[in-house]
Amino acid sequence: MAFVTPSSAAENSYDVIVVGSGAGGGQAAYTLTMEGARVLMIEAGRNYDPRSETPMFQTPDTAPLRGAATPDKPFGYFDATVGGGWTVPGEPYTNASSESGRQFQWWRSRMLGGRTNHWARHSLRNGPYDFKPRSRDGLGFDWPISYDDVSPYYDKVEMLIGVYGTNDGLENTPDSPEGCLLPPPKARIGELLARQRGRTLGIPVVPIRRAVLTRPLDHRTIPAKLHPGNAKAQRIIAEDMQSRAACFWATNCGRGCSIRANYQSTTVHIPPAMATGNLDVLVNAMVREVKVNGAGKATGVVYVDKASGAENHASARAVVLAASACETVRLLLNSKSARFPNGLANSSGLVGKYIMDTVGANWSGQVPLLENLPPHNEDGAGGLHVYAPWWLYKEASKLGFARGYHVEFATGKGMPGGAPFVPDAGGRTSFGVRMKEEARRYYGSHIGFSGRGEMIPNEDSFCELDPKVVDKWGIPVLRFHWKWSQHEVRQVAHMQRTFADWIEAMGGTNKTRPDPDGTKAIAAGGFIIHEVGGTLMGSDPATSVTNPWSQAWDVKNVFVADGGVFASNADKNPTLTIMALAWRAADRVLDEMRRGNL
Amino acid sequence: MSTPLPPRMDRRVAIKWMLAAGAGALLADPLSIGAAAGDQPAAVGGGIGTDPDLMKPHKPGEYWALTLSAAQLRTAAALCDVVVPAEGGAPSASAVGVPDFIDEWISAPYPNFSKDRKMIAEGLDWVDAESTRRFGAGFADAGAEQRLALCEAIAPEAPDGSALGAASKFFRRFRNLTITGFFTTPPGMRDLGYVGNVPLATFDGPPADLVARLGLTDEVKW
Repeated sequence: MAFVTPSSAAENSYDVIVVGSGAGGGQAAYTLTMEGARVLMIEAGRNYDPRSETPMFQTPDTAPLRGAATPDKPFGYFDATVGGGWTVPGEPYTNASSESGRQFQWWRSRMLGGRTNHWARHSLRNGPYDFKPRSRDGLGFDWPISYDDVSPYYDKVEMLIGVYGTNDGLENTPDSPEGCLLPPPKARIGELLARQRGRTLGIPVVPIRRAVLTRPLDHRTIPAKLHPGNAKAQRIIAEDMQSRAACFWATNCGRGCSIRANYQSTTVHIPPAMATGNLDVLVNAMVREVKVNGAGKATGVVYVDKASGAENHASARAVVLAASACETVRLLLNSKSARFPNGLANSSGLVGKYIMDTVGANWSGQVPLLENLPPHNEDGAGGLHVYAPWWLYKEASKLGFARGYHVEFATGKGMPGGAPFVPDAGGRTSFGVRMKEEARRYYGSHIGFSGRGEMIPNEDSFCELDPKVVDKWGIPVLRFHWKWSQHEVRQVAHMQRTFADWIEAMGGTNKTRPDPDGTKAIAAGGFIIHEVGGTLMGSDPATSVTNPWSQAWDVKNVFVADGGVFASNADKNPTLTIMALAWRAADRVLDEMRRGNL
Repeated sequence: MSTPLPPRMDRRVAIKWMLAAGAGALLADPLSIGAAAGDQPAAVGGGIGTDPDLMKPHKPGEYWALTLSAAQLRTAAALCDVVVPAEGGAPSASAVGVPDFIDEWISAPYPNFSKDRKMIAEGLDWVDAESTRRFGAGFADAGAEQRLALCEAIAPEAPDGSALGAASKFFRRFRNLTITGFFTTPPGMRDLGYVGNVPLATFDGPPADLVARLGLTDEVKW
């Protein structure tokens, strides 16, 4: 089995259709096929092969505009995004309000592996508090599951994909069991300085966790832990682990990785799933709706073959939706039938409700201590080496906002991507040899901070079908509604005050003053590309879309394996949790199939 | 006004720039005059698209038509080499293709890039004409000290509407494009002090003596 055409997909019979091929779809397909289920994965974008398509060592002078960001490639020319960005040609979405601060921007990509090809690889576990936030402060929702339900899956995902980091014993920042983590890379000089001065402000700086192999995975012991009693799966993943190289400390992970040293669905999940012989992949196929029979069970999906424009049908015993939180909402709402006139899995009326993004704000300063440092290689693991987990849990009542944020920061002499800083003292444009000396002096002396915080779900942030607008295939599109609460806006003001203090503690200079109330500094909804929610899991069919196993209450053979089921959006980046829950949902699918329930 | 105008320069604009520079007359910023799209060369062709072949080395002009004339490119080469001269073993800006990069930038069919088109094209014409006015030779043919003198004259920030307001704005923008183009090439990166983009067996972090010199410690079990 392999890449298939619409006609061969129609002829085959499948146990499960997985819609989407990113973190959730990749993990679901991996788990299902390794355990023997026959799976058809359907991806709206084109096939993508990181081994042959990743511009690993290309320098900006080989790219148009020196690789600068453009509307076509918003994260720069070499970013591993195909057919995507904030806008996708022919695939619009709308916003209900034109008011400032009430817009949602929706990043999509149209490629096998989806957004896992370019993501930052930050792999943070939600902590125990993050599953029960309402119990702690009365806001938002508790999840119907706890950290203990998910932690075995975090363990397995970390061992499968490879995550570097350390166990630091910090509050609500879980340690991993022995054998889960790879050693972290050494800190860069600016990271060491930020750590030393952060300590004077009471801010802990520790190694971040990222899905990058700092050494090869232990192919001798891990396979048996991932697939106990399954010799075939153990053999396949052991072989695959040996074909992944460890990081060679060059090139930015955002370009993807041809040596498979970091996690992308296309380098980690899909190859072993293919090797089982149980996975078919259909690309360039835009799923329009899930079909149900008279008994109210899903029978498969209807999709548009993008090459021909023709509508096709594929059938299976179960459907796993992992199209990304909002795309899954769109699919369910477009799956209208006599039995389900308001869309599938929507008897609660909550499909599309409580969309959350991460709260984000940036800051930067210049630090004289880091000027004129002798050149040394700071590429490292192609991303961050350290971060500051949220440190003020005990101060929650004094902050003026609920929840918290972690701090990511960028330092060092990375590959130049644009004009280096020169001071132009006295307003005089510096040039010539003197300008070059200044450029060398200041290069690497800036530190950039990014706050990444928790948004509390609210009634004003949701998506629904636009009553008028359709995409180029005639499929109704999403219309977004968005509003930050005072919790998020105040959190951003706190971020910027903290970052400004931090720059000063490093002896540095802030370029601007913090936004006093946060309204200007807060990144627009969707801008951090951590959107989750819309198909929340819960313990009551009246107030949630899926049950605690990510299984639709209304249609028991439909599952959600993307960020849609999140009942809260902790400051921790969502991808690792998406994978852990997708593995857990796939276990449920297998369980239900074995019991003859699907 | 007997100075021959360089090709593609709108006479009206050239006169205003030269009057402003020479006579010190308070004129409105020429860049704000006639800002309508009709005054600008139209972008030709589409953009990069959302799925370009990332493995294929790119040359300016492959995605969209370029703007600058041969004379303007010659002026751009001379000017960017004043901004980034060859020195210390590093090549000059023109030796690593910066004029073509700038031409590609201002010709791009994206508003954030093409907004520089008019300013850069007119600015290059002005520099050439001003050099001719001052020294009797176009900028590329003027002596090294004359080129330097002209750049020194337009390096200080000058308010909009002042004699050199437009020229100083142009020079800042041209300088920024030049250093973007230069420091993003392998020789420019080396010159700046970037020593990465090479595969390594291990990542050892910063040199121990540097860590000690800055009073830092690396005691964490990294």
